[in-house]
Amino acid sequence: MGGGVVIVGGGECGARAAFALRENGYAGSITIVGSEQHLPYERPPLSKAALIDPHHTFVAPRERYASENIDLLLGHEVTAIDPDKRTINLADGRTIAYDLLLLTTGAKPRSLPDIDPASKRVLTLRTFDDTVAIRERLGPGRRLLIIGGGFIGLELAATARTFGTSVTLIESQPRILMRGVPQEIAEVVADRHQCEGVLIRCGVGISALSETDDAVEIRLADGQIYAADTVVVGIGATPNTALAERTGIAVENGIAVDDRLETSIPGIYAAGDCCSFPLMHYGGRRIRLEAWRNAQDQGTLVARSMLGHRDRITSVPWFWSDQYDLTLQVAGLADGATTHVRRDLSANSFILFHLDADGRLLAASGVGEGNAVAKDMRLAEMLIGAGAKPAISALADPLQKLKSILTMQRGNT
Amino acid sequence: MSGDWVKVCADDAIDEEDVIRFDHGGKTYAIYRSPQDTFHATDGLCTHEKIHLADGLVMDNIIECPKHNGRFNYQTGEARGAPVCINLKVYPVKVEAGSVFIQVQ
Repeated sequence: MGGGVVIVGGGECGARAAFALRENGYAGSITIVGSEQHLPYERPPLSKAALIDPHHTFVAPRERYASENIDLLLGHEVTAIDPDKRTINLADGRTIAYDLLLLTTGAKPRSLPDIDPASKRVLTLRTFDDTVAIRERLGPGRRLLIIGGGFIGLELAATARTFGTSVTLIESQPRILMRGVPQEIAEVVADRHQCEGVLIRCGVGISALSETDDAVEIRLADGQIYAADTVVVGIGATPNTALAERTGIAVENGIAVDDRLETSIPGIYAAGDCCSFPLMHYGGRRIRLEAWRNAQDQGTLVARSMLGHRDRITSVPWFWSDQYDLTLQVAGLADGATTHVRRDLSANSFILFHLDADGRLLAASGVGEGNAVAKDMRLAEMLIGAGAKPAISALADPLQKLKSILTMQRGNT
Repeated sequence: MSGDWVKVCADDAIDEEDVIRFDHGGKTYAIYRSPQDTFHATDGLCTHEKIHLADGLVMDNIIECPKHNGRFNYQTGEARGAPVCINLKVYPVKVEAGSVFIQVQ
């Protein structure tokens, strides 16, 4: 063995891949190079529990890296990859050899043009340090303006309200969660935010943003002006592909990988938020997922691929969001659905099933208090994975158990 | 260790391959009925982020946490992979005269 496995990116996916390599019997050296100083941590709490009381949710304690002989190089940037020599260069001048390379470089938040990256008042939320900085700016009498009505913006709005912060949210699309969930669910979420005192403005863009010493002023396209102490921009993220591009690795809305997560250069793999991959359940369509479970699943899968296993990506896209006591879940991709079926689980919780013209279940999205939709959503995900064509009447009837439908469908195939 | 036997519910109050929540003495438990019609009990909260397991899905001898899909063997308490790594505590269960009892400690 020469350089062993080097993992560029010290987030959830990179750390999970390192442990999965050991779980699958790999005994060579493993080095994780991370740009953040922190031990690999989970990002979902950053807009929720960690924002209430800043604390890390680490993927694993430091001792586990030591006991599994995984080297951590934290706070280092990788500047170049030489795929012929199989080496990487660090910003501090070091060169590290590898046999197999994994890119788990993640994504970075989009910002608006003309915003000073060093601004203390116009921020984004992606890292633990971002959470700490935003936390200090929340509280009664403070004015927070959020640009973007996606999951990050809405979770931040919910958490900021728990501190009594005044919250205004601006979304340029006609409604919140335009890309994430169907309108019926978005309405439940929007109503809840309004009840909690969040002012939501949709369908209007921003024409100017100016920052003074003690405030930020936002002028909307309709002429309205809002002033805030802090602005957080939550308008999506872009994959970190610059290093791959410089190396000549194919990039297509993310580092392009095959269904085993190998890039266009043999021996170099990519996984998690940074990569785009073909999705079997949807005709091999290439997608990129910024999601916690995807990072975990792909970390595990890529480790096996690197060791020569022939597993392929079969998981169904899945994510969740918590806002106040509401939980939303989405499984699958609803694009191409022609039939939508509603299943009411209780007064405040329901699931929408999305089927294509052949009756195949493509996706499901649910909303409810606490974990009210969790069990049925998990079964919906399995039905999607099984390529099921469940009867519409059964989906609509909460007394008909999805577990029984799944058992029947599996019996048919 | 020994402790009191506490009545949970009638045995037909739990569906096969399902789970219910049971609160007693300031603690919360999850009570399971397996596809083989055996009954089991564990701590009620996932060891990962303190989520009620009774909202999760039972598949054969596995309970899956409703929040992050952490999995446990509910018959042994064994954690079955990321994100959970701490085992669940299990409790003795008996069925007598159509009622389910657990032995709390």
